[in-house]
Amino acid sequence: MLKVHLWSGLRRFTDGVEVVPVEAATVGQMLDGLVAAHPGLEPVIAAGVSVAIDGVLTASRFTPVTPQNEIYLIQRVKGG
Amino acid sequence: MPKDELKSEFRLIGTRPDRPDGLDKVTGRARYGADMALPGMLFAAVVRSPHAHARILKIDASAALALDGVKAVVTRADFPTGLTGEDWNLQENSMAGDVALYDGHAVAAIAATSRLLAEDAAKLIKVDYEVLPHVIDVDDALRMDAPVIRAGAGDHTVPEGSPPNVSKYIEFGHGDLEAGFAAADLVREQTYKTEATHQGYIEPHACVAQLGADGKGEMWVCTQGQWYIRRMCSAVLGLEASQLRVTPSEIGGGFGGKTIIFMEPLALALSRKAGGRPVKLVMSRSDVLRATGPTASASMDVKLGMTKDGKLTAAHVNFRMQGGAFTGASPVGEALSCALACYDIPAVMHNGVEVLANRPKAAAYRAPGSPMAAFAVECLLDEMCHELGLDPLDVRLKNAVHEGVKASYGPTYAKIGLVEVLQAVKAHPNLLAKLGPNQGRGIASGFWFNHGGETSVSLAIGEDGTVTVSVGTPDVGGGRASIALMTAETLGIAYEAVRVNVVETGALGVNEPSHGSRATFASGKAAVEAARSAIREMCRRAAKEWGIDEEAVEWKDGAAMPAGPNAGKFPPMSIAEIAAKMGGTGGPISGHHETNADGVGASFGAHVVDVEVDPETGRTTILRYLVVQDAGRAIHPAYVEGQYQGGAVQGIGWALNEEYVYGANGRLQNAVFLDYRIPVASDLPMIDTVIVEVPNPGHPYGVRGVGETGITPPLPAVANAVAMATGVRLRSLPLSPPKVLAAIKAKGRA
Repeated sequence: MLKVHLWSGLRRFTDGVEVVPVEAATVGQMLDGLVAAHPGLEPVIAAGVSVAIDGVLTASRFTPVTPQNEIYLIQRVKGG
Repeated sequence: MPKDELKSEFRLIGTRPDRPDGLDKVTGRARYGADMALPGMLFAAVVRSPHAHARILKIDASAALALDGVKAVVTRADFPTGLTGEDWNLQENSMAGDVALYDGHAVAAIAATSRLLAEDAAKLIKVDYEVLPHVIDVDDALRMDAPVIRAGAGDHTVPEGSPPNVSKYIEFGHGDLEAGFAAADLVREQTYKTEATHQGYIEPHACVAQLGADGKGEMWVCTQGQWYIRRMCSAVLGLEASQLRVTPSEIGGGFGGKTIIFMEPLALALSRKAGGRPVKLVMSRSDVLRATGPTASASMDVKLGMTKDGKLTAAHVNFRMQGGAFTGASPVGEALSCALACYDIPAVMHNGVEVLANRPKAAAYRAPGSPMAAFAVECLLDEMCHELGLDPLDVRLKNAVHEGVKASYGPTYAKIGLVEVLQAVKAHPNLLAKLGPNQGRGIASGFWFNHGGETSVSLAIGEDGTVTVSVGTPDVGGGRASIALMTAETLGIAYEAVRVNVVETGALGVNEPSHGSRATFASGKAAVEAARSAIREMCRRAAKEWGIDEEAVEWKDGAAMPAGPNAGKFPPMSIAEIAAKMGGTGGPISGHHETNADGVGASFGAHVVDVEVDPETGRTTILRYLVVQDAGRAIHPAYVEGQYQGGAVQGIGWALNEEYVYGANGRLQNAVFLDYRIPVASDLPMIDTVIVEVPNPGHPYGVRGVGETGITPPLPAVANAVAMATGVRLRSLPLSPPKVLAAIKAKGRA
């Protein structure tokens, strides 16, 4: 089971939970699993979030993830 | 020949060959946006709102259309309806609908046979307005009784009961804030403000557009991202993206401001209405300042806790930013994420809101949000260091993040280089320079994430063994030279044997713009992969020629050769020999790579500035300036140094002079460079640079991206230096001479 760390402002969409357990093997499955567990997250994830795996941002839904990875959702970042 | 921790030695990486665009630029041969001309071309002018907020009652273009030579007029009625989200924002910003939302908002556009005729005819378009109450300042816009820009515009993040102009709310943090502040020996809280500033690129927006009734169109445009132009114009005009071919010109600066559309859809709409004749639209400087994206203005509260020996124990930031009259335009999320990213702090909390105001739609500006955030945090940190009698550089080193530390925005840092940067600062001779009367020294750190993004690159081997690389990222800071160096390094050929072209939207898969400091990182990474793909094919051709297994051939020094004594005895087959025969060995040889580039490495920097403030005028002179930044790997160090210097200079302008000055009527008062004061060469000394190299493991040559971090530390570094020089602390930018002089006089009276 993955442990997905959300930013604290999302707790109001997850019944106060900040670390969400999700069964998934890829980033895409993990994002889908978050929405399935907490439908209130759907507009947040649809609007775009960044995913950090062990401190490095990943953009692919196919990036593999394991329970050994540190997984964080963070605000989507745009550059100049 | 530089070496890194990966034990790699380089033949070309880290050298400083001639710039591929150098001759064109110094001879005036380079073709910019306004240089394009086509047969039968029309010229466009735009009618802009003179009001900050006004309902558009009626637009009468009959007098203009009656002029001989006027070919088309477009208003919002010529655009499709039913758009939502950011597509609607882009359409609404390109051409006002029922309401003009800021001074300079386009309300109509006209095409005629000459530019003068178009400009004269535009004056004949009569627009009736009902002027509405307006709001400009970020804190004023947050008032419950402020004029409402767009009721119900807030997204799902906005808590109930928020002021009506709030469009986004963000909150994140970790640790026990109360315990963190309780553990501090000194807790201080202050409010800081920064004004909106423009990217200040020298080349105004310009394009030539052609669109037929069949929906097929072409555009030549000055942009950081031709695919973004294609996607946004297609959405705003209801076109199929593949039917619009967009070719980028050479670019005279962008800094984030040319990653979105402003007037490009107007040129396309005018062309379509004028029977498909091409239309040229070139903005004036006044148009650029009134109607294209500046960055946000900000109002920021910061609270820090520190022990008496300089360890940070807790931090709370609360930011308010306006990004104009459109949702999602401000960089408040990025500002919050960057605010405390330099420091290892056990307890942090971030809150922020975006608020709408009657200003132009903000665009990205070099490390969006990070400079403002750094101004607030790094200034308060400096104030507390002085109050506790601590060395500001030592305190930054004591708290600096490094690999394995939890970032303020959540994850654990991978390999980063802030400690190495601060150590390089400490060793620099600029810190030994003696300061005289009215002089001060300021230091600040800065951070930017950097970005990967959607990337597509193609590489073709020419008949003579030279190589063409096609990239989709316009060259804003040396991308062509750096990508040529990496390609040549990988292929084992000369730098001069590689030409890198920035190509149009029909030539490659989708590319994000040159934004997020990504071009050298992402297009470079893809070019290396494309070169490796071509190498594999060339090894296959050599193996077939020699009649041995493909696995028995390796690539070395620009040639295929047997991998070992058991592979057979054959002389090396050079890329030129393979290329000369390729027509008879299977046809053209190329490589390509498509990716959404992962492996981005964050970049940290620190600046030290010495200033002198004239106590009689309040004018600040920069005496010396040092930029130290982690590049990961400097592929072409001269370009890297140029990026460091350019970022510093833009930040110095932001700190000392640049601001949007609005009148009580909400009109911009300083819409020309004579009044909007950006730094020029004679204002500044040579900016000293030190390139630190902590290679990014996520890139084959260790690149991190260097374009943005350099604008982050100057705002607080300059403010800290001015505070030391004058003995007074100013917490709002710019530190313009009148403001500094008033503060000095007030201190004298006290």
